[in-house]
Amino acid sequence: MLNQYPLWKYLLIVVVMLVGGLYALPNIYPEDPAVQISNSTLEDVDEASRRQVEAVLAARGLVPRTGLEYDGEQVLLRFDSTDDQLQAADLLRTALAGTNNVVALALAPATPDWLRAVNARPMSLGLDLRGGVHFLMEVDMDAVITAAHERYVGEFRTLLRDQRIRYLAVERVSDGVVVRFRDVSDRDQAYDFLRREYRGDLNFRTTVDGEVALLHATLSADTLADQRRLALQQNITTLRNRVDELGVSEPIVQQQGEDRIVVQLPGVQDTARAKEILGATATLEFRLVDEDNDPFEAQATGRTPAGSRLYFERDGRPVLLQRQVMLTGDYITDASSGIAQDTGGPAVFISLDAQGARIFSRVTGENIGRLMGTVFIETKTETTEEDGELVRRTTRTEEVINVARIQDQLGRRFQITGLESTREARNLALLLRAGALAAPMMIVEERTVGPSLGRDNIERGFNSVMIGFILVLVFMALYYRVFGLVANLALALNLVLIVSILSMLQATLTLPGIAGIVLTVGMAVDANVLIFERIREELRNGNSPQAAISSGYSRALTTIVDANITTLIAALVLFMFGTGPIKGFAITLSIGIMVSMFTAILVTRAIINLTYGRQRRLKALAI
Amino acid sequence: MLNFADANIDFMGRRRLALALSAILILGSIFLLATRGLNFGIDFTGGTVIEVGYPEPVALEHVREKLEDGGYGRAIVQYFGTSQDVLIRLAPREGEDTAELSNEVFRVLQAGAETEVDLRRVEFVGPQVGEELREQGGLAMLYAMFGILVYVALRFEWRFSVGSVLALAHDVVITLGIFSLLQAEFDLSVLAAILAVIGYSLNDTIVVYDRIRENFRKMRKENAESVMNKAVNQMLSRTIITSGTTLLVLLTLYFLGGAVINNFALALIIGVLVGTYSSIYVAAALALATGVDRTVMLPVKKEGEDTQAVGEERP
Repeated sequence: MLNQYPLWKYLLIVVVMLVGGLYALPNIYPEDPAVQISNSTLEDVDEASRRQVEAVLAARGLVPRTGLEYDGEQVLLRFDSTDDQLQAADLLRTALAGTNNVVALALAPATPDWLRAVNARPMSLGLDLRGGVHFLMEVDMDAVITAAHERYVGEFRTLLRDQRIRYLAVERVSDGVVVRFRDVSDRDQAYDFLRREYRGDLNFRTTVDGEVALLHATLSADTLADQRRLALQQNITTLRNRVDELGVSEPIVQQQGEDRIVVQLPGVQDTARAKEILGATATLEFRLVDEDNDPFEAQATGRTPAGSRLYFERDGRPVLLQRQVMLTGDYITDASSGIAQDTGGPAVFISLDAQGARIFSRVTGENIGRLMGTVFIETKTETTEEDGELVRRTTRTEEVINVARIQDQLGRRFQITGLESTREARNLALLLRAGALAAPMMIVEERTVGPSLGRDNIERGFNSVMIGFILVLVFMALYYRVFGLVANLALALNLVLIVSILSMLQATLTLPGIAGIVLTVGMAVDANVLIFERIREELRNGNSPQAAISSGYSRALTTIVDANITTLIAALVLFMFGTGPIKGFAITLSIGIMVSMFTAILVTRAIINLTYGRQRRLKALAI
Repeated sequence: MLNFADANIDFMGRRRLALALSAILILGSIFLLATRGLNFGIDFTGGTVIEVGYPEPVALEHVREKLEDGGYGRAIVQYFGTSQDVLIRLAPREGEDTAELSNEVFRVLQAGAETEVDLRRVEFVGPQVGEELREQGGLAMLYAMFGILVYVALRFEWRFSVGSVLALAHDVVITLGIFSLLQAEFDLSVLAAILAVIGYSLNDTIVVYDRIRENFRKMRKENAESVMNKAVNQMLSRTIITSGTTLLVLLTLYFLGGAVINNFALALIIGVLVGTYSSIYVAAALALATGVDRTVMLPVKKEGEDTQAVGEERP
């Protein structure tokens, strides 16, 4: 028989349909607005907190739909409406403030357990469909290298002093560090010593400048790469901490390229705060006040006494602080915001690690009765275009937020005041908790989609897919009759399979992705049009219906494969070069093309074979 | 009902006319691209776009005034889709904290507003990222064309390969020309659409070439021109139906997909229309012009052996 498939082909099709259907299924269940509670210290949410959550919600009459879902780590509360969800989240944030529990808004898919058991999950929706923020941040690598140079300056001084090698000066230059010596023998001694000490890390070079002997040190290529890599890594870690502190479910913090980090925060509404927190480089320093000199005089004359630096308080008053730092923010292990008991203003409560506590209690103990200033330091980097050139500028603001007399030896825990608002106190506490960035960063790309637009996009995308789909179905049925209906079945299966593959891959569906699906619907028909036109042609040439079907399929095959492979090449190039929106489009287009070859050729043939294959005396085809 | 079964239109006879028309269109497009250029979106230029939604229709004048008062007089303000959605564009400017800009603008709009303003979308692209995206987009286009050139050369013959890539360039240039004429915004999604047009238009061209190859084997007595003409006619119904169904979905996308997707759909619609025209009038004519004939297609072979040609499946 001409038009019969072996059994295995039918079985293959049935299996693919069943598996495809199963994994596409989770997508028809809606998503519940939910509140997720997790512990920022990577422990599970303890029972006391869970009971507290229940009590808080019960007091306001907010009942989670499926009770308190606890998976041994996190707590999930599903609500019937977004209003309930937001209200509950606010309540819980207040109630759980001061603990390590983080409250986040989430959308929890209502996938039934039996589907979850086979790992069937709904497609993940892109930020353009669910709302949220996408940031691309660039790490200021110049600052990383400058910091490394500065560190070597310090190390050289210490090492040379320890070795009793006399030098005139150690200074940082644009491409490295230069040490000046009075004579060549000192220099050569240092050269031999330092070269041994920093083998592989630094490259050394000697020159003479008039009377002075110079030793140049530059970072080796490996060290440069290492420094950059480490800085990027630390920034990613810090960003992760900060994002966790913000309370976002399913955030993405990822490296992109050599010096960039992608941050995606689904569902974040307060983008201003997100930006403030992510890019901020705020930290604290504690310095003694120089009480022997008059800061106003220093401001007026522009001459600061040796050993001091002129700072300004927030109200613009000048203050002289000692150059030597008592303590930096690096030793802070925990910080929380609150209200100062004595003044009633916003305050940040700080805990130090053991080493920090030791240093701090020593220096404060030695200086009881003196004034100490708290310096708030913030670095911002931005790139602007000037005369067609890209210029990067880093601005560092240092303000004295508080000057207070050291009453007592300060230990592991203490509070600082002088902050402008509770919001600032909250942000500072968060930043101190999450750790400092290794290098300043700036946002080079931002895409924010509000929740209302996300909803609109889903609705419009879905509508256009459905309506376009129906129009094509109607046309095919009218134009190719029975064969058209068969093609329509294949087309429906095509859609189901695309959805199911996207779900299995957990690829992210974006609006351009939906456009890709719409386009595939249009193009998937092409294979069937080619086949059916060929069958009609064979019939016109006087072939029998059975022979026409058989040769129609086989002759159209090469054409279809050629045409689809070329389109696939274009889609793959899109995938490789595209970012964000283009990638989403390329993914659905590629999947769609491959799936359409299966459905339009194999599946339609199977149905046609089942319909006509056994009729020996077939006279005419409804095509 | 549509029936092209017995179509026998002398497409090849009119190929000079068609090529002249194409030449005019291409030259016109190049002229437009050179003089008016494309209306690049912030994806490529850098800058900030803010989309805000109002609960009821709002006058653009009102929005402009507010922005001017807030010190953003240089902002370009326009409706987006409906008169309740407003799009605000700001070009990058030096010395401004670009990341903070969108928040500032939104604050200005919200201040003293009688109705609630909804922040629907913010897009900020730094100047250096815009430059990279521009470069990557151009590269993507070139790589796609090169990949296709190689594939077609392997599967068919180099003359077809040249013909198909020329047909592609034809479609892309004219689509870009029309975008320049309309001054429709050219952003990343439009670039994706143009690349999809490359795939689609090629699809069309390959189908015709495939048939030309087949006809050369069957129609031993006819000259190259009539063999090609026959192929174009045989494929006419397929070309029109496929373009028709694709256009059907693209039109729904254009009208129902929302303003964000409008230009994307527009680029595809133009591309499919131009691609359809080129696969009927231009592709075969180019093959003929590059010297495709029987000797090229069927190099010294005996009768009956020709079915072994590349990949052909026996019925």
